[in-house]
Amino acid sequence: MRKGRFGQDSTKGIVAKIVLLGLVDALAVYVLMMLFLSQSWGALGVSSAVVLAINWIYLRKGGLPAKYLAPGVLFLLVFQVFVVLFSGYIAFTNYGDGHNSTKDDAIAAIQLTAQKRVPDSPAYKAAVLTKGNDFYLLFTDPDGKATIGSTGTPLKEVPDAGTDSAGKANSVDGYQTLTFQEIVANQQEILAITVPVSDNPADGTLRTADGSNAYEFKPALTYDAAADTFTDTDTGAVYRDNGKGAFADGNGETLTTGWKIDVGMENFARAFTDPSLRGPLLGVILWTFTFAVTSVALTFALGLFLAVTFNREDLRGKKVYRILMILPYAFPAFLSGLVWSGILNPQFGWLNQTLLGGATIGWLTDPLLAKVSVLVVNLWLGFPYMFLVCTGALQSLPTELDEAARMDGAGPWRVFRSIKLPLLLVSIAPLLISSFAFNFNNFNVIYMLTGGGPRFADTDRDIGATDILITLVYKVAFGQGTGRDYGLASALAIIIFIIVATVSAISFKQTKALEDVNS
Amino acid sequence: MNGSTARTRTTAAPAAGSTVTAGGTAEGATDVDQLRLLHRRRTFGAWFKDKGWRHLVGIAVTIFAVFPLLYVLSAAFNSTGTLVGSNALFSKLDLGNFTALFNDPSRPFGRWFVNTMVVGVVTSAATVFLGAMAAYAFSRMRFKGRRIGLLSLLLLQMFPQLLAVVAIFLLLSGISEVIPALGLGSQLGLIMVYLGGALGVNTYLMYGFFNTVPQSLDEAAKIDGASHVQIFFGIILRLVTPILAVVGLLAFIGISSEFVIASVVLTDPDSQTLAVGLYSFVAQQRSENWGVFAAGAVLAAVPVMALFLFLQRYIVSGLTQGSVKG
Repeated sequence: MRKGRFGQDSTKGIVAKIVLLGLVDALAVYVLMMLFLSQSWGALGVSSAVVLAINWIYLRKGGLPAKYLAPGVLFLLVFQVFVVLFSGYIAFTNYGDGHNSTKDDAIAAIQLTAQKRVPDSPAYKAAVLTKGNDFYLLFTDPDGKATIGSTGTPLKEVPDAGTDSAGKANSVDGYQTLTFQEIVANQQEILAITVPVSDNPADGTLRTADGSNAYEFKPALTYDAAADTFTDTDTGAVYRDNGKGAFADGNGETLTTGWKIDVGMENFARAFTDPSLRGPLLGVILWTFTFAVTSVALTFALGLFLAVTFNREDLRGKKVYRILMILPYAFPAFLSGLVWSGILNPQFGWLNQTLLGGATIGWLTDPLLAKVSVLVVNLWLGFPYMFLVCTGALQSLPTELDEAARMDGAGPWRVFRSIKLPLLLVSIAPLLISSFAFNFNNFNVIYMLTGGGPRFADTDRDIGATDILITLVYKVAFGQGTGRDYGLASALAIIIFIIVATVSAISFKQTKALEDVNS
Repeated sequence: MNGSTARTRTTAAPAAGSTVTAGGTAEGATDVDQLRLLHRRRTFGAWFKDKGWRHLVGIAVTIFAVFPLLYVLSAAFNSTGTLVGSNALFSKLDLGNFTALFNDPSRPFGRWFVNTMVVGVVTSAATVFLGAMAAYAFSRMRFKGRRIGLLSLLLLQMFPQLLAVVAIFLLLSGISEVIPALGLGSQLGLIMVYLGGALGVNTYLMYGFFNTVPQSLDEAAKIDGASHVQIFFGIILRLVTPILAVVGLLAFIGISSEFVIASVVLTDPDSQTLAVGLYSFVAQQRSENWGVFAAGAVLAAVPVMALFLFLQRYIVSGLTQGSVKG
């Protein structure tokens, strides 16, 4: 199709190109250097390839389409395509709280966290010091020797520490000593300081409970590197690598800190076999479909009804109605759920308190009513869009058809049902499908209105009657209370992917058929 | 090509409508008087059957549509502040909630507002630009993989980014170990994530519109020695400004409401957006903070709604174009 040739680039254009490319390359060099320093060789390789590709695209002659497509496609590949593939990978691991690093990290962490006070160990005097934003503990051992250290910084002797009259070391050059008030104000941080006695985690740590006395803590579990086992110093129980990314004793009791391993299909299997998950999950899947289909049907029905009702040139006040009715569509979606949650609040909400005179109907706490409420709120959010779209589609229908049908003696209802509706559906059907896909993942309305609740009684997990798959994914991955389980969350996300892909493939085929039938 | 048929179809409708009104006004004044008389003679029943019920529907739906907005407006100006206190609509009007809103250091509403504007404006501007560049390439150039490219964009937009929120979180936490400025907790990182969705539906919409700009304009410019950049910025972008505005506005509205990814990426209250921040107001105790939340909600909603209503005509035409285009 390209007939003529494009003209030469102007000097201004060339300069702009050089400057922009220079900026990008400068940033790229910085990124590559940081990657080199952090020794992430895989990322370094990929990034270098990307940088080379960008420079090749923009410096060579020709290849014009690539020059226009490259920036958008780059973001698309990283933050849409790659993250999906990455989700696919995470779904096959046990990544999550307690399983977020390598085995070596896990061993060190177990030694650090599973600490208990060494019985009859001497009490150290302690003072709290700061340097920059970090807190340090200054210890005076029973012999009067002063040592300083912090979390991650093992003890170091400070012979020149200043001492008070009782011989307790309380100041070191270059550090600021905290007053009692300051200690109280920073209690949380100070309690969290664990000072390793030496570089070897097995030697134990020093901690303070009050900022003035410190005690020695030793790992309650000792690690035997040769046998790859942990032994409880009290009970003598031996914990072995159980092949599932954790140390377990003979009874299957595991240590809380584990490491990330590939678990194959286990997340998927767990989703459909674990009794605390299977029942609720099936309920959630069913409700997700019900919610999405009903939402589309309700919004479309009301939108179409309104479009037909107000599709009259000579109706007074039509414009005013229209503006007022599309207001919900203009209102930010995340706020709508929250506002409605106030109106529908069973205890204090307007609907129960004012309109129904102090009723206690559980609009958001009864499983069935909560579902109805979610649908009503989503109808409120969605009907203006359908109204606008249906109005547009109705007005673009040729008027001759209408007249011809009337000539043949068809009544208004007949004209609508047999002529307008089929024609309308051809142009609206793709929108209904994308509306379905959107509602299938309509996180905001559910999460803001009910948070997925009321919770199912038959599980201890945070899953409720109005949860849809995407809110479940979010709660499993980032929810409070129960630990984060990225592996399971990604597995659920992959399930959504498959469902959405299947549904849209089928329905797009159907709409093609619809179009063929009508044309 | 799809786009051009869509245009003619939708423009045909208002034209048909305007001939009706033109016919009406063309009639003489006496005819109008007679018509009025006719109207008066018509019974109430006939009027109701023809139009009255439409007004009833209109009023009922309007109440349904507007009531929650009035409710939140009333709660915002009622400094009683609790859910129960907000139930008596417009019983009290003062600005107590607004002063409380701006004087809570642990919940910096002003910062959230600015953050939302910055993230929204930067992202939507970049979205429009990246989408327009891609649409230009698809519309004006013929290259290997063009068809596949368009189809994959259509396919990819079926899968919203929030599905991969776990992977996005882990990717950004990996990035923040190397370059903290682009990782977790950074708005720049969030913007980059959002730009992953910049192509997709936007490109497709703009592609249709770019196709309606006649190729002959490009050819004429080429003969005059214009470069591809000059044609892109000087001709195409100028002619499709309305659709750029629509795409930008829809992107802005979408991003300012986005909660899932923003809540995961922006952890520090100072860097959060309105969606994340306002949720934190009522996440724990929905009842106590209600008045302040309502005040924040009103302030958050006003700019978006004003923009929406102001550009309503363009958005509606953009939506219906999209619908008819298929």
